[in-house]
Amino acid sequence: MVLKAFFPTCCVSVDSGLLVGRWVPEHSSAVVLAVLHFPFIPIQVKQLLAQVRQASQVGVAVLGTWCHCRQEPEESLGRFLEGLGAVFPHEPWLQLCRERGGTFWSCEVTHRQAPAAPSAPGEDQVMLIFYDQRQVLLSQLHPPTVLPDRQAGATPASTGGLAVVFDTVARSEVLFRSDRFDEGPVRLSHWQSEGVEASILVELARRASGPVCLLLASLLSLVSAIGACRVFRLWPLSFLGSKLSTCEQLRHRLEHLTLIFSTRKAENSAQLMRKANTVASVLLDVALGLTLLSWLHGRSRIGHLADALVPVADHVAEELQHLLQWLMGAPAGLKMNRALDQVLGRFFLYHIHLWISYIHLMSPFVEHILWHVGLSACLGLTVALSLLSDIIALLTFHIYCFYVYGARLYCLKIHGLSSLWRLFRGKKWNVLRQRVDSCSYDLDQLFIGTLLFTILLFLLPTTALYYLVFTLLRLLVVAVQGLIHLLVDLINSLPLYSLGLRLCRPYRLADKPTALQPRDAHLPSPQLWLPPQGLLGCPVPQAVLWGAHLPLEAERGQAGLREPAAGLPRTTAQPRPALCQGGASSAGARPVLCGRCCMLPNTAGPAITPWAWRSLGVSRCGGGQPSWPRSITGTACLETRFPPAAVTTVASTAAPGVQSTAPCPPCVPRSRGPGP
Amino acid sequence: MEDERSFSDICGGRLALQRRYYSPSCREFCLSCPRLSLRSLTAVTCTVWLAAYGLFTLCENSMILSAAIFITLLGLLGYLHFVKIDQETLLIIDSLGIQMTSSYASGKESTTFIEMGKVKDIVINEAIYMQKVIYYLCILLKDPVEPHRISQVVPVFQSAKPRLDCLIEVYRSCQEILAHQKATSTSP
Repeated sequence: MVLKAFFPTCCVSVDSGLLVGRWVPEHSSAVVLAVLHFPFIPIQVKQLLAQVRQASQVGVAVLGTWCHCRQEPEESLGRFLEGLGAVFPHEPWLQLCRERGGTFWSCEVTHRQAPAAPSAPGEDQVMLIFYDQRQVLLSQLHPPTVLPDRQAGATPASTGGLAVVFDTVARSEVLFRSDRFDEGPVRLSHWQSEGVEASILVELARRASGPVCLLLASLLSLVSAIGACRVFRLWPLSFLGSKLSTCEQLRHRLEHLTLIFSTRKAENSAQLMRKANTVASVLLDVALGLTLLSWLHGRSRIGHLADALVPVADHVAEELQHLLQWLMGAPAGLKMNRALDQVLGRFFLYHIHLWISYIHLMSPFVEHILWHVGLSACLGLTVALSLLSDIIALLTFHIYCFYVYGARLYCLKIHGLSSLWRLFRGKKWNVLRQRVDSCSYDLDQLFIGTLLFTILLFLLPTTALYYLVFTLLRLLVVAVQGLIHLLVDLINSLPLYSLGLRLCRPYRLADKPTALQPRDAHLPSPQLWLPPQGLLGCPVPQAVLWGAHLPLEAERGQAGLREPAAGLPRTTAQPRPALCQGGASSAGARPVLCGRCCMLPNTAGPAITPWAWRSLGVSRCGGGQPSWPRSITGTACLETRFPPAAVTTVASTAAPGVQSTAPCPPCVPRSRGPGP
Repeated sequence: MEDERSFSDICGGRLALQRRYYSPSCREFCLSCPRLSLRSLTAVTCTVWLAAYGLFTLCENSMILSAAIFITLLGLLGYLHFVKIDQETLLIIDSLGIQMTSSYASGKESTTFIEMGKVKDIVINEAIYMQKVIYYLCILLKDPVEPHRISQVVPVFQSAKPRLDCLIEVYRSCQEILAHQKATSTSP
């Protein structure tokens, strides 16, 4: 087989010495990690290599010699170099030679023993491959972890030679600590010799980060301990805490900050990415919040806002009154039942009147409240947006009340109608057997039942119209709140650090995340799934029949409880599939997605918390496998989209740091067969 | 050893195939597509500018004309940088892998590298492309979970689209190398 020699580009013009690296016999490749310069004492070299072997578990050894001299090496030098092969026995012994200032390379391989199977004399070729050591070190193309259902002995066929090279370089960090500029017994040249400078500020920051993290972690644990105390679990506060999205967001942020300042080091690259993404998101949040703060507090905008708020609320209430007057007349040409119309209309008008008085009561305090709310923007834009959403919810509380009244009335009516319809046909609902049975009614029962049925039936259009109108209004408010929550979620979960790395240093993100590795056939493949929109997540008849006496958020939760834990999502409108069931209770739980939704490689970013989806009834299940960019070097064309598409393509990986050099004119390997 | 021949692509344009034979285990094929023709460039520019002039006579706003010039320039730059591929290269190195390079007219190069361990075979496939049936060369990749299944099909020379005679040349050389690689990998 052809012998592949991986040579770092940083060692191309260093002085002569020994080649230090690892020999991989299965792929017949020699990975050169560094060049050890003359003069050296063999004992110390052997000691250093033994130390490196023990520390990094990589079998480094002396692979051969490297000669970079003025002209062709003389005979004595040649014999000296071959003699070194006796001091550091290695099989096969590699001799690379380059003329100083010239473009010719010569590669020779010497086998000490005769090969086990006789190979053709022309077979022993050497392929020289240059690699950029720093990029290979930093990229994450390592042998994949063995899938759990495989036997321990089975070697996966996909562990190619390149993955071993990347792994070797990445694990040999111990070797790269000493350099030729150090005052040690051995002088090595590797990527550090190229002059990778460290900034003193970065060093200072690194030293200072330990105690700072400790201090902040203790402060945060204090805050979370206060938050977890029993006072907050009692009824009024826990209810408020679960309903207000600000508390939710603050809790979320607290979690993030605890993650960032935790004193435990990140164990693998996925956790490091998660930490980095969280830091980026918090920083962006605070920056945007401070911008908003400076904008709000400059030029007394808060005053203007407060002045505009009460008239706006008045205007909204007036519009509602007009709407009710219209409903009380002949809306869209429909003829309503006058009496019921008047009753309902006046009932709602009285509510609006109450509401207006409440707003006017609050009006002197509005400016103060707004000022303090504006201050909260320094905690982050997400907190300010959550506060805004809560304020909108509070201001439109009357619309919510109207909706609940309308829904209840409608539901009662439908219940009544269905039961009386059964009576009309002579049937009855058997609660024990949960089915419809025939039943013989008395004459007076039938008479009254039919009468009531007729009354309810003819009052149905009025109630239905009120219900429709108020549901639409409520939908509008929910849509606005949903948009705000969407923005908050976006800021919370956008993996900015990974995005930035992808644009600027693509070689660091060269591999697929483990979640997108090919999986077994019997596991359902993840996909994005949007259920068809029933009204707020449930189709109307279901929402009404299944206990519409509960407020609507809990209703959806109930619907989620009734649904059996299905493996695959159903195509009918269900609130959320069981795969991502974060909890079926009301607003407190939110379906938490695993990192599969993240598009970019190696991102195990913060889980996406779709509050907006929850309130609109749309749910997300798993993540799609993205269509992977085909080439990673050169054109970093971001074909990945956000949210993920359901296309499954597994693209080939590129080797960013490896440039395979065909024997182009500058380097012509002259190989020799087994030496005499 | 270098060798250059000219073929034609599926639309009839001239292609130049350069074959470099470095060693029995390493070959390179370089397909050069026809350059951007002055005729098509002039046609597109004239169309855009005439449309802009038409809009200008309707709206009497001279910004439209400058906007048309900018659009043409930016469009041309974008086309040269992102769309127009000048040369496609296929480099096969036995025991290392296959590398495909596309160089764009603006000088940008984009590379894809496939390790030899992942390559199952190189075949010529047929495809229905618009109203034609064309042949294309593609690389079949192994499925890491199950070695007998094909996980992906990677087409080669996608923008040059040579005809069958050119593909057969490339196919024969690639098969020689793959056979050589299989022989050396199975022998101890």
